Amino acid sequence: MAAYLVKRLLVGLVTLLAASIVVFSVLEIVPGDPAQLMLGMNATPEAVAALREQLGLDLPLIWRYLSWLGGFFVLDFGRSYTYSVPVSELIAERIVVSLPLAIISLILSTAIAIPVGLFAAARRGKAADAVSMGLSQFGVAVPNFWFALILIYVFAVWLRMVPAGGFPGWSAGLWPALKALILPAIALALPQAAILARVTRQALLEVLGEDYIRTARAKGMPWRYVLWRHALRNAMIPVLTILGLQFAFLLAGTIIIENVFYLPGLGRLIFQAITQRDLIVVEGVVMLLVVAVIVVNLLVDLSYALVDPRLRSRR
Amino acid sequence: MSDQLSITQDSFGSILARAFRSRSFVIGFILTAIVALMAGISFFWTPYDVTKLIVSDRMQPPSAAHWFGTDHFGRDNFSMIMVGARNSIAVALVAVGIGMGLGVPLGCWAAACGGWIDETLMRFNDLVFAFPALLSAVMITAIFGPGAINAIIAIGIFNIPVFARVARGGALSIWPREFILAARASGKGPMLITIEHVLPNIANLLLVQGTIQFALGILAEAGLSYVGLGAQPPMPSWGRMLFDAQTRMVVAPYLALFPGFAIVLTVLGLNLLGDGLSDTLDPKLRRQR
Amino acid sequence: MSLLEIEGLDLSIGDSRILKGVDLSVAPGEVMGLVGESGSGKSMTALTLMRLLPEAARVSGRVTFSGIDILAADEARMCALRGDDIGMVFQEPMTALNPVKSIGEQVAEGIRWHTGANRADAEARAKTILDRVGLPESRFPLSRYPHELSGGQRQRVVIAIACALKPKLLIADEPTTALDVMLQAQILELLRDLVDENRMGLLLISHDLAVVADMADRITIMRSGEVMEAGETARTLSEQLHPYTRQLALASMHVPERSKVHAANGPNLLEVQQLTRDYPSRRVSLFTPGEPTRAVDHVSFSMHAGQSMALVGRSGCGKSTLARMILALDRPTSGDISFRGMSLAGKSESELRVARRDMQVVFQDPYGSFDPRHRVERLVSEPLHLLYKRPTPTERREMVARALHEVGLGADDMHKYPHEFSGGQRQRISIARALITRPKLIIADEPVSALDVSIRAQILDLFAELNQRLGVAYLFITHDLTVARAITDDVMVMHEGKIVESGRTADVLDNPRSQAAKELVAAAPDLHRAIVRRLREEG
Repeated sequence: MAAYLVKRLLVGLVTLLAASIVVFSVLEIVPGDPAQLMLGMNATPEAVAALREQLGLDLPLIWRYLSWLGGFFVLDFGRSYTYSVPVSELIAERIVVSLPLAIISLILSTAIAIPVGLFAAARRGKAADAVSMGLSQFGVAVPNFWFALILIYVFAVWLRMVPAGGFPGWSAGLWPALKALILPAIALALPQAAILARVTRQALLEVLGEDYIRTARAKGMPWRYVLWRHALRNAMIPVLTILGLQFAFLLAGTIIIENVFYLPGLGRLIFQAITQRDLIVVEGVVMLLVVAVIVVNLLVDLSYALVDPRLRSRR
Repeated sequence: MSDQLSITQDSFGSILARAFRSRSFVIGFILTAIVALMAGISFFWTPYDVTKLIVSDRMQPPSAAHWFGTDHFGRDNFSMIMVGARNSIAVALVAVGIGMGLGVPLGCWAAACGGWIDETLMRFNDLVFAFPALLSAVMITAIFGPGAINAIIAIGIFNIPVFARVARGGALSIWPREFILAARASGKGPMLITIEHVLPNIANLLLVQGTIQFALGILAEAGLSYVGLGAQPPMPSWGRMLFDAQTRMVVAPYLALFPGFAIVLTVLGLNLLGDGLSDTLDPKLRRQR
Repeated sequence: MSLLEIEGLDLSIGDSRILKGVDLSVAPGEVMGLVGESGSGKSMTALTLMRLLPEAARVSGRVTFSGIDILAADEARMCALRGDDIGMVFQEPMTALNPVKSIGEQVAEGIRWHTGANRADAEARAKTILDRVGLPESRFPLSRYPHELSGGQRQRVVIAIACALKPKLLIADEPTTALDVMLQAQILELLRDLVDENRMGLLLISHDLAVVADMADRITIMRSGEVMEAGETARTLSEQLHPYTRQLALASMHVPERSKVHAANGPNLLEVQQLTRDYPSRRVSLFTPGEPTRAVDHVSFSMHAGQSMALVGRSGCGKSTLARMILALDRPTSGDISFRGMSLAGKSESELRVARRDMQVVFQDPYGSFDPRHRVERLVSEPLHLLYKRPTPTERREMVARALHEVGLGADDMHKYPHEFSGGQRQRISIARALITRPKLIIADEPVSALDVSIRAQILDLFAELNQRLGVAYLFITHDLTVARAITDDVMVMHEGKIVESGRTADVLDNPRSQAAKELVAAAPDLHRAIVRRLREEG
């Protein structure tokens, strides 16, 4: 068990390191001098050179990479070129919107998908199965930002139940803040839930064909007991895999959805930074999202070990 | 072990004949065909010219003259959707091509070699998986600026590990079979065995995955265009149309409705097509339904 | 009064009739053997008794168990019966247990469900029954998971689950088919003891006449869904009144005719010297590699042209690894193989072509050994890849036709796909593929163990005939001593990677000297011996 954990951890770290090199070098080859950009076209060459030195841009590539990477461990992502404030401050301001949004939609989609998948598998071939799988087929096909537009039209424009966009901030109180996140979370969660429900159903049906299900039935265990106690746990392995992958999609989704609802989250930040050529902010946010994806996939790997004893004893 | 990948032995014709008995395949086929046809026709003819802006016709609701209404520049929405289909299909198709073209050989190679090559390739996969298509698009856009080509590259890169994984998984279930041993006893090397025995036997899997990625590609392209990272105006694209529709939604909700339907029906069609195919090609799954 | 009474049982799934008027009965404490070849409907009969059939199945007839009408019972009633009054053991121990639940949980679960016992009591009973089936708690605590047990041990757990509540009837569907002969003997003995202790009725389903003859008091012989003959085991099998019974009995004891014995002359065809193969084992920790496992341990032997040699041993003794090394599909750790005077060690694939041409292989599984996407012509001609001069398409078709003719198939069969053939025909195609380059040696890895007895007899005949006519030498890898006896001149007994005994087949198998060989011979089921023993017991 310990060796499995250590191995997964090492792999995660190596992936992180490789990802950091990719992010750093991709943005390194971008044309344009940040110092020139910050000071504007009219700045004197001396002023630009001075700023370059101040930003550390005159150091060799490898040094800049190492200091950039080292900064991550103390949450120092450098200073924004446009706002001249630490990137970490910008991120901290925005992450309080994006992270709750991603977590709420992940919980929402899991809470919808797994019961639906279980229900459909238990009634396979019956009307309930056909209806829920037909709906999920639609759900998979709906782009979340379009779904978001419909939700805005129905609940904000027409019914006026929630605001159409914007975020009052957590300081405005829990309820107004949550109200602003409800539609974005639903818009993100439903298409993901549709995929997850289909995967759950499929995994369950596959497990239900296994020999050990027959053994459990031959033991006299009723069908429902077998489904809950024998099949579900075995079916969780593929479901967990998809859940891990979905987190990446959810993060990507937040970037788009925040634009639909004008939420001041990381997604908005990254787009602003791109238009302002504020590369150090782009770097910081991209790296943060990549870290999140890798950490979640690491957690998924670890949860396999909880579900599956075969992994626990493997070295 | 041998159940992991069931193999069908039928000819292409008989598979197709069986596929058309599957309801989801037929519906999927019809939807996909309609979209493909629209895209094809748009090369020669559209009801209105989408490059001409007729300000006097702007923001017309759906009518006999403009089935889906007109936008804020007076362009005909139906024509825009036709041309947008072309864009969506092209982006998704090329992205699937990139993913298959690079991912399948990589996956087959990893499965054939095993050992550290396999391990390295899989770690490389993990790395690419850590960058969702949208993030790669953001980075690529940051360097080269937005555009349809960059959207293709971003989606295509994300497709590579997907196909590599599927190909490797399929190939790994073929390699321990006895007919591979027989081929090796006949002096055939890994390359020849992969071409002669492995690829034909995992073609089903790849085909089904291809339709899934195609559908995902259309969704991703729409998303990228919507946030301005995909096709640039004046090139009509479904995602861009939705973006333009958003600010005018209160006065003209129909603007948001039709491009959305176009995306949903296309993706739905492709998914149903894939479902129908995997039902027909994989008897193990068929049994369970 | 019978415990189980089946009358006129009909079963159909879709348009195909699986069972046609099956009659069968089991008395308390009686062992009923249900014998038949694949597709005879014996497993479906068992699943009908448990009411675990696929949903599409339609059943009619009468099944009475202790006065209960099984076919009319509702699901709740069946749940109460299953696992309590009727236990069932399945064929495949590797997949019959839930991989994410401990063996204790899986045994105790049924006990708790049926008796309402609390967790502690149920676990105490689970310990008792696991101890009874040979898995004492000291070595196999309840917290073990299935993947930590071997196939034989897993089958013991399945038996423990089935017998935990001392059922009145135990159904065992091919309980030992997936196990090697030694494990088979142990499991059968365990089943016999459990039946005696608890006066259980046992319905033993098997394709192996010898196993059933050894175990069953009465026997029912089925073929394509119909009962052919039923009666007392010894009498039925010794008198062989029904033609199908006679056919089965003859086929399972069949010895092909081989008059000519190829004498050893000239240089040896194959020479194996001090061959060793180590596999790296699991690491002890991240930085210390484990001790390598030695699959083949300093094996030396030689074969001459036309010789038919058997390599026998338990599963996992290293026979298949040895075969793969001879075929140059796996590299030895040390030692040398020389074939027709050429050493195979360290040779490149192109240098090996000469050897490969003269050395071909026949595998066990007639379903897995062909690429299902290729036609027979392409499959059989695959080894022609080894020829220096590629044959023209016409030549190739001629060669395939000749090879097919040699194994008793027609030339027009070459345009078909493998799934259009039966298991026995596929094994013929497999032999045709091995023959097409006119090899001097064929290595056959369990070539008949997946076949029904009557087909097996035909394939053995074919092997014998080809040896006589073409003078091709065989290395038969098998765990089945009947096959070794039927077709080989010499035998080698392999145990834990070493050759522990070798000599003339009849000498070694009649008078084994090494411990491993003695155990193997004692465990091997033998129809003739079983009938004789039964007749003697009955007087």
